Amino acid sequence: MTDVTKIEQIVDRHGRSRDHLTAILLDCQEEFLHLPREVIETVAARVKAPVTQVLGIATFFRAFSLKPVGRHRIHVCMGTACHVQGAQRLLEAVSRELGIQKGETTPDMQFSLDTVNCLGCCGLAPAVTVNTDVHGKLKQTAIPRMLRKYVKDYKARTH
Amino acid sequence: MAFRSHVLVCAGTGCVSCGSFDLGAALEREIASRGLADEIQVVRTGCQGFCAEGPVLVVQPDEVFYCGLKTSDVATLVEEHLLKGRPVRKLMYTPPSAPAPVPKLSQIPFFAKQKLVVLRNRGLVDPERIDDYIARDGYEALAKAVTELTPEEIIREIKLSGLRGRGGGGFPTGVKWATCRQAALHRGVEPVIVCNADEGDPGAFMDRSIIESDPHAVIEGMAIGARAIGARQGFVYIRHEYPIARERLAKALDQARDYGLLGRGILGTKFDFDISVVQGAGAFVCGESTALMASLEGKAGEPRAKYIHTVEYGYKNLPTNLNNVETWANVPLIISRGAAWFASMGSGDVSENPWNGSSGTKVFSLVGKVNNTGLIEVPMGITLREIIFGIGGGIPRGRAFKAVQTGGPSGGCLPATHLDMPVDFDSLTAAGSMMGSGGMIVMDDQTCMVDVARYFIAFLTEESCGKCIPCREGLRCSLDVLTRITEGKGEEGDIALLEEMGAVMQDACLCALGSSAPNPVMSTLRYFRDEYEAHVRERRCPAGVCKALITYTIDQALCDGCHACVTACSTGAITGQVKYPHQLNQSLCIKCGACLDACKRNAVLRA
Repeated sequence: MTDVTKIEQIVDRHGRSRDHLTAILLDCQEEFLHLPREVIETVAARVKAPVTQVLGIATFFRAFSLKPVGRHRIHVCMGTACHVQGAQRLLEAVSRELGIQKGETTPDMQFSLDTVNCLGCCGLAPAVTVNTDVHGKLKQTAIPRMLRKYVKDYKARTH
Repeated sequence: MAFRSHVLVCAGTGCVSCGSFDLGAALEREIASRGLADEIQVVRTGCQGFCAEGPVLVVQPDEVFYCGLKTSDVATLVEEHLLKGRPVRKLMYTPPSAPAPVPKLSQIPFFAKQKLVVLRNRGLVDPERIDDYIARDGYEALAKAVTELTPEEIIREIKLSGLRGRGGGGFPTGVKWATCRQAALHRGVEPVIVCNADEGDPGAFMDRSIIESDPHAVIEGMAIGARAIGARQGFVYIRHEYPIARERLAKALDQARDYGLLGRGILGTKFDFDISVVQGAGAFVCGESTALMASLEGKAGEPRAKYIHTVEYGYKNLPTNLNNVETWANVPLIISRGAAWFASMGSGDVSENPWNGSSGTKVFSLVGKVNNTGLIEVPMGITLREIIFGIGGGIPRGRAFKAVQTGGPSGGCLPATHLDMPVDFDSLTAAGSMMGSGGMIVMDDQTCMVDVARYFIAFLTEESCGKCIPCREGLRCSLDVLTRITEGKGEEGDIALLEEMGAVMQDACLCALGSSAPNPVMSTLRYFRDEYEAHVRERRCPAGVCKALITYTIDQALCDGCHACVTACSTGAITGQVKYPHQLNQSLCIKCGACLDACKRNAVLRA
């Protein structure tokens, strides 16, 4: 259950202004890790905007997710520098290792897998982030070791 | 307190990812435990540019550059260099073809061939301390702009400098400022200025690095612009993917306010100006001016038709002047050193008309298949060869240069025949690419140009906002055709179809995202048509990238049976006894390339 007072606090911090809807939703996303229906509706009511406008923003930008995400969020960088260094193969390898596709979360809610357009650390290509940690110059063969840092027995849990 | 020595540790995103915060903390501990805390200061600087060798640091005043450091190297470094004054050779940088390490920063080719204007303070100031910036003549230009110059004089100086927009378009900055000022005066409303820090081009990180290493340069540039245009309100629209940059910018703004350099009555005059930071939420199209302004207003970032320009009706219908981070950061130096100094760098003659050349310098992120990846600043008009081979140190593992991609998804790929072309706005456009914001991605012979074109089109298909049909459907259709070609299912006529679609999109799309979207396809077709034809007619990927068209094999003569590939293979396709050459079963192989990564003897072949 999402804490309604928390949502209201976030909206109030931004002056209940429609101009700040994106900022409000970014804070909500950070707080709740996704934007469930209550968040969208509470925000809309409090800034006096139609729910469609709030939902429009929530689905337009990549930073928002309407579905719950896992405890550890993996983002494979798909920037150009990473692409020429084999980012696609890396994404497929993480996907095989966890048994989930891009945009999905493992059933035990430990890992979510997604891509990001460019992290801006192209000198470290190919790069992957897990939460806020950057793993640069990553080889396919190093993926299991990287995952074990976050969930020791991920293999037993996901397969 | 005066220190006899400073250790300048890079704290840009690249080095931070490689552990530079831990390194800095370890250095401080070691220095304190040796009783040197009063003599040697550790400073965390913004990105020093040499991201390939991170984490890096420089010891001043000796100017010795160290790279690839681990916390376990700290004891040696402090003991030998800082205590006994003997620089540690084994921790220094050795250029790829050099026989011995090069100790001094200014002697390393990567640094020696650059010309620092925008990045003048890189690695020399702590971006979180305004006093460091002021000590390097920071805010002197703002003082001059508010006390000595009229708004018209500032605009005239910027026009004469020939400065053109660094965000990609290359529109003369002074002309834009003048138009915005005029529009505001004409309508009797207050204009707004905006800094575009929504750096969306994949493979580009100049703007992030400028904010991370020298945020006050951007703030000062904006304040000067506000004074010239007559604005009291400014925004920085910044990507939410850049947390360190955002944090440093917020700190810098607070400090500038404390010092009376922002806010009401700046420097004791009647000039009021302040800046708010607005976060993007991950949409490439928001780099486009009208989409950015929609997003600033808290709406979804969809562009509109530009028959009325944003300098007249932009944010909340006010005249809005939008410039990129690097453009703003150029402004203070033009005001303090003068337009003539700025115009003396670069190519062409801009004294009459800024469209006649490209003055000043440009910051590039040099990445991809190049030895020295990192952030560089060079004078406009330098050749691609000097950048890629002089500064970049050439292609890794002695492979052949194939192409360089500039301009992001709206740019193009230039082949080896263009290596001696000067890098400026107009030459790049004439060659079918563009300056863009400054991403420069080097590709070697193992990069498939059809795959690269497909990559950009896939990127743009996802980022197209969907408002206009030529962009939304044109991209989707182009992607289908390119995917078919890379999967070995291309048909005669596909290439002609791509060209036809590209021509329609160039004419009919609503905003620049769509009208420039065909560039990656058009430029690769122009220079690498034979690769497309090999995919379609011979079902062959010459670079060995397109999965459907390649096979992996094990060279029986080279394989020593170390078993590394067997462990790496997730499908059990590789079998063999330890110490005997292994076999690869093609029917089980999913072509993931894990064996190739794992093999230390280059015995896995991809063709």
